[in-house]
Amino acid sequence: MWRWIERQQHLVGFTLSSLLRRKGKTLGLLGLYVLIVFVLASVTFFARALQREAALLLAHSPEMVVQRTVAGRHDLMPVRYLDVIRAIRGVQAAHGRLWGYYYEPHDGATYTVLVPPAHAVPGTAGEAERPGVGETPAALPSAAIGAGTAVVGNGIVRLRRAAVGDVMPLAAHDGSVVTLRIADTFSAASELVSSDLILVTEADFRRLFGIDTAYVTDVAVTVRNPAELRVIASKISRQLPDTRPITRAEILRTYESIFNWRGGMIVVIFVAAILAFVIFAWDRASGLSAEERREIGILKAIGWETADVIHLKLWEGAVLSLTAFLGGVILAYVHVFFTGALVFEAALKGWSTLYPRFRLVPAVGAEQIAALFFLTVVPYTVATIVPSWRAATIDPDTAMRNTAE
Amino acid sequence: MRTRARAFFILFCTQVLTLVGLLVHAVGPDWADAPAIREQRALVQHLQLTDLCLFTEARYTRHPSQADLSTPFQDHPVSLEHFPSGSFLPAPVSIRRVDVALD
Repeated sequence: MWRWIERQQHLVGFTLSSLLRRKGKTLGLLGLYVLIVFVLASVTFFARALQREAALLLAHSPEMVVQRTVAGRHDLMPVRYLDVIRAIRGVQAAHGRLWGYYYEPHDGATYTVLVPPAHAVPGTAGEAERPGVGETPAALPSAAIGAGTAVVGNGIVRLRRAAVGDVMPLAAHDGSVVTLRIADTFSAASELVSSDLILVTEADFRRLFGIDTAYVTDVAVTVRNPAELRVIASKISRQLPDTRPITRAEILRTYESIFNWRGGMIVVIFVAAILAFVIFAWDRASGLSAEERREIGILKAIGWETADVIHLKLWEGAVLSLTAFLGGVILAYVHVFFTGALVFEAALKGWSTLYPRFRLVPAVGAEQIAALFFLTVVPYTVATIVPSWRAATIDPDTAMRNTAE
Repeated sequence: MRTRARAFFILFCTQVLTLVGLLVHAVGPDWADAPAIREQRALVQHLQLTDLCLFTEARYTRHPSQADLSTPFQDHPVSLEHFPSGSFLPAPVSIRRVDVALD
């Protein structure tokens, strides 16, 4: 056993000397290999972490949201629809939600203006039916929203360089100006759900958008038995044919498919990285350099067996691929979970001027590491053996002579 | 040569230990119950939020779960997706099943 270990030590030592003799080429190869593993691992880690984060956060989103569609588009819902929905057996509560978008031309940003359920005017929903009323979570800014005041997200504060107490003039639907004083802001830790939010009272919301009290944006429905959700959704669709129920499961499914490896930019990054790796491995598999061929010829001439040469080349492939794999995966982890995926930020921002700053919760599984390992280390190591075996089986004299070509 | 082999083994062991350390970091604390997650979950529940604030460039990228079924094709039925973030969201499975190429 000790003899075997000693032999491997010598082989690794020889491999390292051989690699260091071709320092420039080895470092270039290692750098490229680390980069490919880094890109593949970063994409995998980021997509998985974001999907998990969405599942964790949106597990408490409304059980069902009912929208009204007119001419194929989301439209305002008459308040009378609430009574129809409440009358359906199994529906525990239904209350109107008030939210909309406000485009700010100076910043080029779109804000989400929302009325918190606790600040909706009684009538659109019974006080007892509204979830969250009376149990304000610590995350919700403590300052009460009153007429003419707002609670804004951290992204808006950053974009407008605003502070608590500042006044925010917004252009209303009729050209008049609605002035809101910032009463409080959301915490920086909640940016992934609140970065672009503006919380206002129902009266301010309706004044800003000119929406009549007979309408709400959509309806959030709570059911008695979650197992009946699909049946209730189909009943709502039947009784109110111009509506579209969206269940919590559908909301969660939307975020399961986000950054799906089969979709859009992710598939482009994946295919590009895998193609680069295939070219890279193919280059290794298609043949050895003149110097490597000469080296094998000399080793054979001084008495090395074919098996020894293959062993040596196996170590060469393993040393390079393991170092690159471990380095690439470690860098990707640091990139995604410690720097907030800095490299992807520009792509994620797209055209938006308001982008949340967030830290993803680490979500890395052993199966992800194993998949990356089998995708990168195994093919490369195998690719280095084939040409070495071909070079090692020919006559040493021929191997050394061919180097002059 | 032995010194080089030892140096490589030290480097290899350091990398493996770092990776193990990072994996422990990933599964170690109960991230699902981290203060930031609890805070955001409470906000989602209290404010009845339906989407993450990831892409604010268009209304249907801000709230992808609430968007109209055909929003990415809102200009005309075979138009290409307009915004860059649309490329992160694949088309629904039902659309992908259509045999005829739409674009």
